[in-house]
Amino acid sequence: MKKFNIKNTPLYSFLIVVALIQIYPLIYLFFFSLKSNSEIFGGNVAGLPTNWLWSNYKSIFSNSDMPTYFFNSTVVTVISILLVIFLGGTVGYAIERMRWRYSKLVLTIFLLGIMIPAQSSLLPLFMNLSHFNITDSYQALILPYVSFGLPISIYIFTGFYESIPYEMEESGCLEGCSIFQIYSYIIMPMVKPAIATIAIFTYRNVWNELLFAVTFITKKAYKTVPVGLMSLRGRYSTKWGPIGAALLIAVLPSLILYFILSKQVQESMTSGAIKG
Amino acid sequence: MDKVLRDKRAILLFVLPGLTLFLLVVIIPMFTSIYYSLLDWNGFGDRTFIGLKNYYELFSGKVFSFNKSIINGFYLTFLTLLFQFPMALVLALILSSEIKGEGFFRTVYFIPVMLSAVVIAMLFQRIYDPNYGLLHMVLLKLGLQSWAEVTLLGNPKTAMTAASFPILWQWVGYHMLLLYAGAKSVPTELREAAKIDGAGPVTTVFRIVLPLMLPVIKVCIVMLIIGSIKEFDVIFTMTKGGPVNSSQMPSLVMIETIFRRYKYGMGSAMAMCIVLLCLLITALLQKIFDRKDP
Repeated sequence: MKKFNIKNTPLYSFLIVVALIQIYPLIYLFFFSLKSNSEIFGGNVAGLPTNWLWSNYKSIFSNSDMPTYFFNSTVVTVISILLVIFLGGTVGYAIERMRWRYSKLVLTIFLLGIMIPAQSSLLPLFMNLSHFNITDSYQALILPYVSFGLPISIYIFTGFYESIPYEMEESGCLEGCSIFQIYSYIIMPMVKPAIATIAIFTYRNVWNELLFAVTFITKKAYKTVPVGLMSLRGRYSTKWGPIGAALLIAVLPSLILYFILSKQVQESMTSGAIKG
Repeated sequence: MDKVLRDKRAILLFVLPGLTLFLLVVIIPMFTSIYYSLLDWNGFGDRTFIGLKNYYELFSGKVFSFNKSIINGFYLTFLTLLFQFPMALVLALILSSEIKGEGFFRTVYFIPVMLSAVVIAMLFQRIYDPNYGLLHMVLLKLGLQSWAEVTLLGNPKTAMTAASFPILWQWVGYHMLLLYAGAKSVPTELREAAKIDGAGPVTTVFRIVLPLMLPVIKVCIVMLIIGSIKEFDVIFTMTKGGPVNSSQMPSLVMIETIFRRYKYGMGSAMAMCIVLLCLLITALLQKIFDRKDP
């Protein structure tokens, strides 16, 4: 194993410069979220704020619709994650463990779905939602988020189910459990890592999604954070501090999640790609 | 137990909710899109069946904004292959060579992947600000007065490149991580055997590590290209395709054609072109890589 030595200095300088490039924009964001316009326009663009204006955060919470956007994003994200896990888990179980004729066909249908970009179903979906008068609702977003999340979820679940020995089901049968009890009390607890992986993956996709959110939602009451930020931009176009605060609030849940579970997050984000 | 696992009623209850939703929201709408793409239709009035006329118009280059968007899609692909991929590969190879602090650097490089594209786009709008932006200050410090005052996003010559940079910046860590996992899975014995046979670190990388990483490299390149063609979030937030179509992307033109100009048939044809392009590129790359990879 190599230890740090003088010969490696250029290598480390390179790694550190790249690290700064990757992280500095966030620090810059944090700094200007605490500044007043007069400070930024007065020339202190990159430095530490002279007065730490936490009131920028307060004004975003009390004078803008950010709390609504945040609430909407939370509702949509939580429900989507739960449904992706519930529906993906059951479909995956039936495909991988149960014995029926069309299991391969159903799996193929879902795996083909990994290749289908959201663009292809955008307009027909919009027409259907308008037909039932449910654009501008939580369902309008949850339905596509869950559906487009299912293929990866099923793919990950089946991979985990595969490694469970059939003795688990057998012991459940001997105890007189129904298949539903076997599934919820024996199998589910064994695939907790799969659940965590899918939850993180789905969280990242749903919390940040823009294409559906911007086409299906026009009413303020249902806007999620990304769309909401774009409408805040108009109102705060010249106020750097509050907009910076809003941007930071928007990414805070993701950053906290990442700092607590960085290894787990890195694994989930790449697990969907390994197959290709 | 066999009876329990063959329980038809249970299988239906397990499969139907998920499958129904998936068919209704993903599969059937895709076929509906194909049908819409053959129509001349504004969403309200009569649907006129016009066959492949929409596609003919797109392919013969009559729709300027769409042409421009396809060119830009390939331009973004080109930038990712020229800058992002080599950078990710170099970082992955360095970090996988048992270096001190590999976990730390990996974790830091990956941070931007977690951020929302809208936040990144709005942050870079401030960075690019020609009067008070970070880039402006840096260029002034370097004595490049005339460069510092360019409105990067407002100038047709620079808008596309400037709007592409945040995308390269955000995803470099993601590809680094994929490639890192690939490099790590090369057995240490192979590297050591190469060393014993007298191969230097560079030879080892080119002769042993990279050939064994080909499957991961394939995944990365497919994702880079498809991601570039489908790109929407950052450019929509930063420039909306402007000024004068200079940073137009296929998904943006599609949205505009459908929701602003109410040309539902033409917009659907554009959607199908995006799907076809993605499928074609994937198939093509599979072919190329399979030939190299016996």
